[in-house]
Amino acid sequence: MKSNLRLRLDGISKSFGATRALKSVSLEVAAGEVHALIGENGAGKSTLLKILSGAHQSDAGTMELEGRPYRPSGPLDARRRGVAMIYQEVNLVPHLSARENILLGSESSTFGWIDAGASRDRAREALAALGYGHFPLERAAMEFSIAEQQVIDIARALLAQPRVLVMDEPTSSLTRSDTEKLFAVIARLRAQGVSIIYVSHFLEECRRTCDRYTILKDGETAGAGAMKDAGADTLVALMTGRPVTALYPAGLREPGPVVLEARSVQSPPRVESASFRLREGEVFGIAGLIGAGRTDLLRALFGLDAAAAGDVAVFGKPAGWATPRRRWSEGVGFLSENRKEEGLMLNLSIQDNVTLTKLETFGRLGWISRKRQAAAARRWTGELGVKCRGVDQDVVELSGGNQQKVALARLLAHPARILLLDEPTRGIDVGSKAQVYEIIGRLAAEGKSVVLVSSYLPELLGMCDTIGVMVRGRLVAVRPRGEWSEPELLRVAVGNE
Amino acid sequence: MTALVRRILGKAGPFIGLVLVIGLFSIPAETREHFLTFHNFKIIFTQTVIVSIGALGMTLIIVSGAIDLSVGSTIALTGVVGALLIQRGWGAAATTAAAVCVGGGVGFLNGSAVAFLRMPSFIITLGMLGIGRGMAKWLADNQTVNFDFSPINGWMTTSNPSGAELPAGVWVAVALAVVTSLVLRKTVFGRHVFALGSNEAAARLCGVATVRLKIVVFAVAGCLFGLAGIFQLSRLRVGDPTVAVGLELDVIAAVIIGGASLNGGVGTVLGSIIGALIMSVLRNGSQQMGWPNYFQEIIIGLVIIVAVFLDRFRRGGKA
Repeated sequence: MKSNLRLRLDGISKSFGATRALKSVSLEVAAGEVHALIGENGAGKSTLLKILSGAHQSDAGTMELEGRPYRPSGPLDARRRGVAMIYQEVNLVPHLSARENILLGSESSTFGWIDAGASRDRAREALAALGYGHFPLERAAMEFSIAEQQVIDIARALLAQPRVLVMDEPTSSLTRSDTEKLFAVIARLRAQGVSIIYVSHFLEECRRTCDRYTILKDGETAGAGAMKDAGADTLVALMTGRPVTALYPAGLREPGPVVLEARSVQSPPRVESASFRLREGEVFGIAGLIGAGRTDLLRALFGLDAAAAGDVAVFGKPAGWATPRRRWSEGVGFLSENRKEEGLMLNLSIQDNVTLTKLETFGRLGWISRKRQAAAARRWTGELGVKCRGVDQDVVELSGGNQQKVALARLLAHPARILLLDEPTRGIDVGSKAQVYEIIGRLAAEGKSVVLVSSYLPELLGMCDTIGVMVRGRLVAVRPRGEWSEPELLRVAVGNE
Repeated sequence: MTALVRRILGKAGPFIGLVLVIGLFSIPAETREHFLTFHNFKIIFTQTVIVSIGALGMTLIIVSGAIDLSVGSTIALTGVVGALLIQRGWGAAATTAAAVCVGGGVGFLNGSAVAFLRMPSFIITLGMLGIGRGMAKWLADNQTVNFDFSPINGWMTTSNPSGAELPAGVWVAVALAVVTSLVLRKTVFGRHVFALGSNEAAARLCGVATVRLKIVVFAVAGCLFGLAGIFQLSRLRVGDPTVAVGLELDVIAAVIIGGASLNGGVGTVLGSIIGALIMSVLRNGSQQMGWPNYFQEIIIGLVIIVAVFLDRFRRGGKA
């Protein structure tokens, strides 16, 4: 191990004002190793990555790259020395071509004129190293799928011939099959001797792809070792600092009468046909690949997208196709998968976010009693354990998990009796996930009904009473949870029925 | 230290700016005697009325995430309409009501186009800037519209120019500012405007009627611009179709200096009014210092940039 040590971090500390983000963190990565960096949100992963990439400088501690001191002055310097970053969100210039994106900032040129031949060769070569030599180089970046855009992003990073490649949550927006392709890319890079630091919330992925792991908790190294010696439970226990015996609340519920019925719902282009019944106190799961139309179905049901045919009955009454406003008044609530773009008003206060759907109830003739509004927000954020300075704090300042709880608090404050939840645990840490599961379980026990769309199969199997699968716009195979297993869900989702 | 400076800037940023500007002109010997007097501030307040009332409407629009470039044209159009109606013997109240309606109508058209055609407000109102100005010139037959007398003439002056009372226009602006501020902070409508500007998709998801809201915001702002047109008429005592060219930029500058974000979701009425006052004080002070006109323009340009820079700083780099 010592001989082929690629990157060594020792005693790295960093404070922001009075907050100590990192306390003497150590990390060792060998050449050609895929190293998992695991930790809950707020554990200090981002800060460590920023120090690695030169965006921040550490207060104390040393870093060595291939035996030489490494202290990058900025991201460009880090890249020049051989440490490249792949961020969670794809970082491309949408209107430029794949080739231009790959070469952006390091164009082959003579007196400022781009050398077309050399550019093509270099871009082609970088893509070929990832197994994507066939990509159309002159197509605009925005015309590629998200997964393909990520490949372009990685190809750009490869151009600098990095010794260490840092990947921050690279699979969070990928489908399962695209994830497999990414793993193939990672395997190729490893074979070429690139060291990879792999940051992900998905422990199964880390266990599959990574050789070794380092766990951060509260800014300190909580554990490190070889992945093959560690079980998922061990990792979770190290991350959370407590053994997670039951992540999912035991659900022995007695579903009541039908509260929501969808009949042959169509919403082009993604939803071809979907019918299901949701009962009182039931958690109904919808599995499926990304792009299968799950989100689109929820959006059509909630009136965010237009539906072309079919009908919906809410609490037995034909509800027709309406606006979100009407759905809220019928007692239906929606949690968007896209917290930042659609879920929350980030630069408004927690209080405004939680109460927006029912502002008119906090006063008379359109005037709002801020006191009553704040009291309602306090009650529900308290109930969900949102960590904040007060309900007048802006949502943008909260962590991802707490933001999600604010979005959930809105549904509870309304109060909605039918909850359409689209990926409610996306991008939040394990501890917050457990809390979200507990909340959903409690709501169902109180007689609320939940439609849960999730790409995370253990979550569906753990939470739902009934699960259906969306396959290319059709909702098929609606069965009780007992008849499902993870492989079976996958088999149906990829269309092998 | 940085955090403390940020907190202070956040609480009182524009206000500190106003105090600084006033202080600046109170020190030099050339202006000391005349600048810091009630009489001079009476002039400053009176000169700020039109931009302030415009800034109230613009605050609504900018907080909702839009912009309106047709303010100057709307003011000219409503001024001309007012003058024509006075010519036909309309009383002050009826004329004002008509001008407010015309302004509201222009805003309604702006808002409807933005909401239904789903086009950027910048483009729609850039078009309206031309349309409104053209209409004003058409109605006025390309010349000023003169009239003998109207009580409106007295709204921007006082019977005794050196007396202690302020013109009616100042009080109207103050009252409207208080009302607009309360509406923005304490009503369902106001909070919906903030939600719309902060994140339109999220607002729609939460059941805010975004299409209707956009139209109402532009229409209400248009009413305020119409009223500003009447005060413009009161000041000039003629209907001039070429008046207030570029005034929209002053109005937008006032709102931005006051701390609003062009991205929407951020802004206060008090800030916008202070922004308008800062510009008036700068103009007034520069004149008293005997600085040439171009110098004032340069200073005001710099103030806009510095104000937005400080605002970014206090938000920790996020604009």
